[in-house]
Amino acid sequence: MKTYVVVHDTRYVYEHPASVSRQVLHLTPRATPWQTCIEHALAVKPEPAWLPAATDAFGNELRSFVIEEDHEALFVRAKSTVTLTPRTLPDDARTPAWDEVRARLAYRAGVRPRPADLEATRYLFESTRVRNKRELTAWTAVCFPPGRPLLAGVRALMERIHRELAFDPKATTVATPVMEVFANRRGVCQDFAHLMLSCLRSIGLAARYVSGYLLTKPPPGKPRLVGADASHAWVSVYCPEHGWIDVDPTNALFPDLEHVTLGWGRDYDDVIPLRGVLLGGGAQDLEIEVTVVPIEDYASVFGAISDDRVR
Amino acid sequence: MMGDLLRGYGRNVEAAALPDVGRSRYDEMLDEARAPRPHWRGFLGKLDALPESALLAQRELIHESLASDGVTYNVYADPKGVARPWELDLLPFILPADEWRQIASAVAQRARLLDGVLRDLYGPQQLLAEGLVPPALVFGQRSYLWPLHGVDVPDGTRMHVYAADLARSRDGRWWVLADRTRGPSGAGYALQNRMTLTRAFPDAFRELHVEQLAPFFTALQHALHRLSPTEGEPPLVVLLTPGPYNETYFEHSFVARYLGFPLVEGQDLTVRGDRVYLKTLRGLRRVHAILRRLDDDYCDPVELRADSALGIPGLLNAIRAGNVVMANALGSAILETGAFSGFYPAISRRLFGEDLQMPSIATWWCGEQPALDYVLAHLDELVLKPAYPSMRMEPVFASTLGRAERAELIERLQTQPHAYIAQEHVRLSSTPTWSAGPQLQPRATSLRVFAVATENGYVVMPGGLTRVAQQEGGDVVSMQWGGASKDTWMLADRPVARVPLGRPRLGVADVVASVVDVASRVGENLFWMGRYAERCESLARLLRAGLVRMADGAEDDPTALEALVSVVDGLHIFAVRDTESGKTLPPPMPKRPTSALVDAVLDPTLPGGLAANVYRLVSSANHVRERMSTDNWHVFNRLRQRMPGRNASLGAALDTLDETMLACVSLAGFAMDDMTRDESWQFLLLGRRLERLAHLTSVVARVLRLEEEERLASLDWLLEAANSIVTFRARYRRAPELLPVIHLVVLDESNPHAVLFQLNELALMLERVADELGQDAPAITSDAIEPVAEALRSAPLAGFDQDAGPGLEAACEALAQLLARTERLAYTLSDELQRRFFSHAGTPAPIGAR
Repeated sequence: MKTYVVVHDTRYVYEHPASVSRQVLHLTPRATPWQTCIEHALAVKPEPAWLPAATDAFGNELRSFVIEEDHEALFVRAKSTVTLTPRTLPDDARTPAWDEVRARLAYRAGVRPRPADLEATRYLFESTRVRNKRELTAWTAVCFPPGRPLLAGVRALMERIHRELAFDPKATTVATPVMEVFANRRGVCQDFAHLMLSCLRSIGLAARYVSGYLLTKPPPGKPRLVGADASHAWVSVYCPEHGWIDVDPTNALFPDLEHVTLGWGRDYDDVIPLRGVLLGGGAQDLEIEVTVVPIEDYASVFGAISDDRVR
Repeated sequence: MMGDLLRGYGRNVEAAALPDVGRSRYDEMLDEARAPRPHWRGFLGKLDALPESALLAQRELIHESLASDGVTYNVYADPKGVARPWELDLLPFILPADEWRQIASAVAQRARLLDGVLRDLYGPQQLLAEGLVPPALVFGQRSYLWPLHGVDVPDGTRMHVYAADLARSRDGRWWVLADRTRGPSGAGYALQNRMTLTRAFPDAFRELHVEQLAPFFTALQHALHRLSPTEGEPPLVVLLTPGPYNETYFEHSFVARYLGFPLVEGQDLTVRGDRVYLKTLRGLRRVHAILRRLDDDYCDPVELRADSALGIPGLLNAIRAGNVVMANALGSAILETGAFSGFYPAISRRLFGEDLQMPSIATWWCGEQPALDYVLAHLDELVLKPAYPSMRMEPVFASTLGRAERAELIERLQTQPHAYIAQEHVRLSSTPTWSAGPQLQPRATSLRVFAVATENGYVVMPGGLTRVAQQEGGDVVSMQWGGASKDTWMLADRPVARVPLGRPRLGVADVVASVVDVASRVGENLFWMGRYAERCESLARLLRAGLVRMADGAEDDPTALEALVSVVDGLHIFAVRDTESGKTLPPPMPKRPTSALVDAVLDPTLPGGLAANVYRLVSSANHVRERMSTDNWHVFNRLRQRMPGRNASLGAALDTLDETMLACVSLAGFAMDDMTRDESWQFLLLGRRLERLAHLTSVVARVLRLEEEERLASLDWLLEAANSIVTFRARYRRAPELLPVIHLVVLDESNPHAVLFQLNELALMLERVADELGQDAPAITSDAIEPVAEALRSAPLAGFDQDAGPGLEAACEALAQLLARTERLAYTLSDELQRRFFSHAGTPAPIGAR
């Protein structure tokens, strides 16, 4: 079992005062069989009017607030403490053949789908950032010969993406289309995840986008630093009888005790950590700092500065 | 006469020149034996009595009436420009009572069914769980809006207005071609068609027992008022439009006016807390229901499409809180695809235990293997369409494809079958149309029928929008593709009570509400319309003073002309815009004065020139078109049309100036006499006054700062430019001199073109506005104006007595500085009006709203 403290700071500085700001937040860690959120607090400056908390269509907690006074900066801190327990990955060979899964998910008139299968079909089709393309079908097919167990295929695809794509923060922006990522073979975790989702959905499998954090290790001999981490994103594949299996194509591994889950949706757009609209404001500077620390290191990393930054 | 028209219609067929009637198409007017069908006889009898000249006159009447009502349909990328005149055929589309009853019943049934499907898909999703709807058609569609899932709406109704496109096949049966579920257009055009045809055939409606359209609109009004969460307030329903560039904007403004709903754009509305408010000149007004013509995913940039500037941030919060009704509910567009058609019969049996009264045109959704197999085997007989309207793919007739395209299509179908549907190709029935000449022409026809949700179920409009193909033999029926429309007559088998087509009767609450609900944007656009109208007029006068001198031969008075050109240059009228930076730069090189002045009139790329300002004027007028009389609108139409474009001659530029000035003078007249004098009207006049003040002070200050010789030579054109030459001549009967000219255009409080006159008027108007509109927030008062006016009144004029020398120069400079201060005041007031009445920035929601 592992316990982490995650501090996620977002700071906007506006060129002109903004008069109205509405923001929607996906910053609350989701409860899962292997993850418990034992503490969660949101702090916002200037002091906003909070709207009622809601659960979005994919089961994630959705918070929103409004600021209706002139302000030149916006600061949001989400501080969460979560506990992770180990997950068990099924043997590849014990998972069903991928083409059987595809057949299960396909529609047959008048046949009642199994509830879990129906739920999975939410993540089976194109969405804003996930494309269903013939060239991806062909590219993915190599990893999925007929009859291959689903997890073996997923593993092969994960490794192929990790092998053929370069991690390059300069290559893409948050708006880069997935087919451009595919063409240039470079991007960041979000791009890796959207590409893997596009590949899986292009061959008729259901897969969802997971938003969260990854514990990073400081360089050998260096201390862990505040703000050294980043938001992370990976993929979860629907595997009948075994449920959803997380896959991290950026690091070519199956998430376990170092991935903290915020929530999931069809793609990034469903779970944007902080999304909103301003009246006024002009140009803006954005600064995001994420820190993930084992709870035992919290005091040594954050020390005395702690929560003062919010005020 | 009519005998000829009919014989012509028949003869064509006999000669096989047109194999349509009685053969591959059902004809609406003639039966198999080519005799008129019974329900056509009454109308044909009426036509019979008319000579061709009378028909031509009727057609002319229709054209004129549509043009003068400004009825348009915007066609994207149309060389005719944005506003294309609406096409209405002289002959109506006629159906008998019994047939109409069947259609109405079938459409009401289908509307209830589709609403039921929406309730389920945004609620329990039982239809998916039972396998009656493929997940691909719900979760695969961009138009399925997850944020609306599980959100309750008043009464459960998600589809308040529905339209079905219907067609009749060869055997005489009616089919549903398409469903319009998002917020269908066309009902307003149907009403406009009726109003127009009533003028052409005033008696026919009563004599033939034609059903009326007005009750449909009353039902819509009642429905929205009934569902409004008003908490005791009078309901405020608005019509939300994407704006004047939308293809059916005319209809939005027409329907808004007819129903008495304010016509609003997203920026007119604001969400404070979790309620929606209309920004009005008096402050924020709670909105209870929104009849929308804006696409679903553009409605709230916070939770739907983030790149939309048309929506209302926070709207979804208000919807979730149940504080506003959206008609139709957001997310209803999902049923616009034809892919559901094949599933409706089973769903209808499941939800209502009923069979569908009218079938959909045969449709195969390729996402099912058996359907895909059938489609591939019968490809040539079918039309392929996208299952997801967001794919923006044009229908494909496989039979017309070459070998490679065909193979490509088959591959697409096999890789992504769920993204495609195939439909049977229907030969539409034909209806007679008449444009000119001795014959009626058959045209392929489809009929759009409308239904509105009421507390007693769906009510269907007894009429509709009939559209006919542009070409003989063509089967594409679309206003986007240049087709025409027809009025649609449902004949009752009893006399119909005549309700006047004008607006339904208003209740007390409506009357009270209509006084206060003037949208801020309306005031803002009127304000800018006033400013641009005045700017165009002032520019035209100034430029004409110059061009007239050139046309007369400038040799007589080169100094005056040079002075004028330098003043025009000082006003940045010759400045060009740098396309890259968007900045305004001085003109690249000095041009000859003639071409510079002609360009200032005609070149639309000069941001300070007349053409660009005429464009801005028409554009701001376009935004408040619903508040203008037809005559007033005509002036704008002419203004826009009379711009000959750049590189025209001096003569053409002068003609344009004359036209523009005439138009501007008419507009000034309309502003005084032809506009509703509600609160927003004040802003039109304020705009005109402020602009005149700014322009006048700026020109006079520049003249005062000219060299003495130029200044003297400028007095003549200054009087012309300031529209004061007549007054001057009447008063002084001599050549202009500096002191009387300055007095007349600056200090004369009785000259409506003098600076002080503008200040006095502005002070009065601002006090009136403060009285009417100023509430809790500090209103703009005339306090800022009085010191400036007083300084002008007491300006020392002694120096102007001298002929020349330092005394005169000092007097000129002192007055020029005062005028510059006055000009700054004009701009400050303009900004202040903007902030206080139009943007409401920083205005909190009314107390007690949360």
